[in-house]
Amino acid sequence: MRRALLASCVLLLALAGGARAIDPAEQLADPALEARARALSKELRCLVCQNESIDDSNADLARDLRRIVRERLVAGDGDGAVKQYLVARYGDFVLLEPPVKLKTYALWFGPAVVLALGALGVLVFFRRRRAQPAAPPPLSADEQHRLATLLERGR
Amino acid sequence: MKRLLYLLPLALFLALMGYFAVGLQRDPHILPSAMIDKPAPDFALPPLLDGKPGIARADLDGPLLVNFFASWCVPCRAEHPVLGRLAGAGVELLGIAWKDKPEDARAWLAELGDPYRRLAVDRDGRVGIDFGVYGVPETYVIDRAGKIRYREAGPITPEDLKDKILPLLAELKR
Repeated sequence: MRRALLASCVLLLALAGGARAIDPAEQLADPALEARARALSKELRCLVCQNESIDDSNADLARDLRRIVRERLVAGDGDGAVKQYLVARYGDFVLLEPPVKLKTYALWFGPAVVLALGALGVLVFFRRRRAQPAAPPPLSADEQHRLATLLERGR
Repeated sequence: MKRLLYLLPLALFLALMGYFAVGLQRDPHILPSAMIDKPAPDFALPPLLDGKPGIARADLDGPLLVNFFASWCVPCRAEHPVLGRLAGAGVELLGIAWKDKPEDARAWLAELGDPYRRLAVDRDGRVGIDFGVYGVPETYVIDRAGKIRYREAGPITPEDLKDKILPLLAELKR
């Protein structure tokens, strides 16, 4: 009796902790495929909520997309093919991580370029400061003589 | 030359402001369609009403509009009078009840009027997903070859109707 209670508690906790928006009925029997489906769902955007993955979202459309992901996996699609299936319908926006291509170079590499430019600026600034003469050249004999007369006169 | 270099940060700042100014005008909830200039997906959907045919891919010989709607969708209600006017003006309008109970959709049309030439039920929403629908209402302009030429996400606004949809339909008719 006690053991059954404990087991059911553990089961409940496991269910509560594991799946979020996922309905147990959606899950695949094959654990390897289900793991791939979960991983893919985390990378796909819910088009309705827009800042949630379909793994997190409770939206109706997100549930449909999770189902489609599982169907494609069962049909034997690779991860890339599953993503491509949704990109063909919803565009790159459905991917939470934007793909690296000509249109997104500024997005992916822009920050690094700005950082490099900043670093270059700092480097040039310090180089110039160091290049400045540390002390002016010593006075010539003539200058020293003039300085002495000026000081003499001031007394 | 050197002086111009000092103006560079200002120029960059202004360019960035320009981007932000344009970006702020856009509604981030309206997504561009990935299906523009692609052939409409293949499908065959059962009719919603007795006596009015359902819709299959072969029926998409445009120029025509395919409107996805649902009785549970509030903006669809707001859009409905616009559809009535379009149908009155002779635009061929096909309706797909998306993820809706057929009896609810029928009651909705009985209440508001039925502007559609053909009406179909997409109960599980799969055909909508093939079109790239992410919410209702959505309206697609289809050309003679069955290609998707334009997608309006959300209710058709008077501006988009006047500036985009009607001119496009006129162009496709030629």
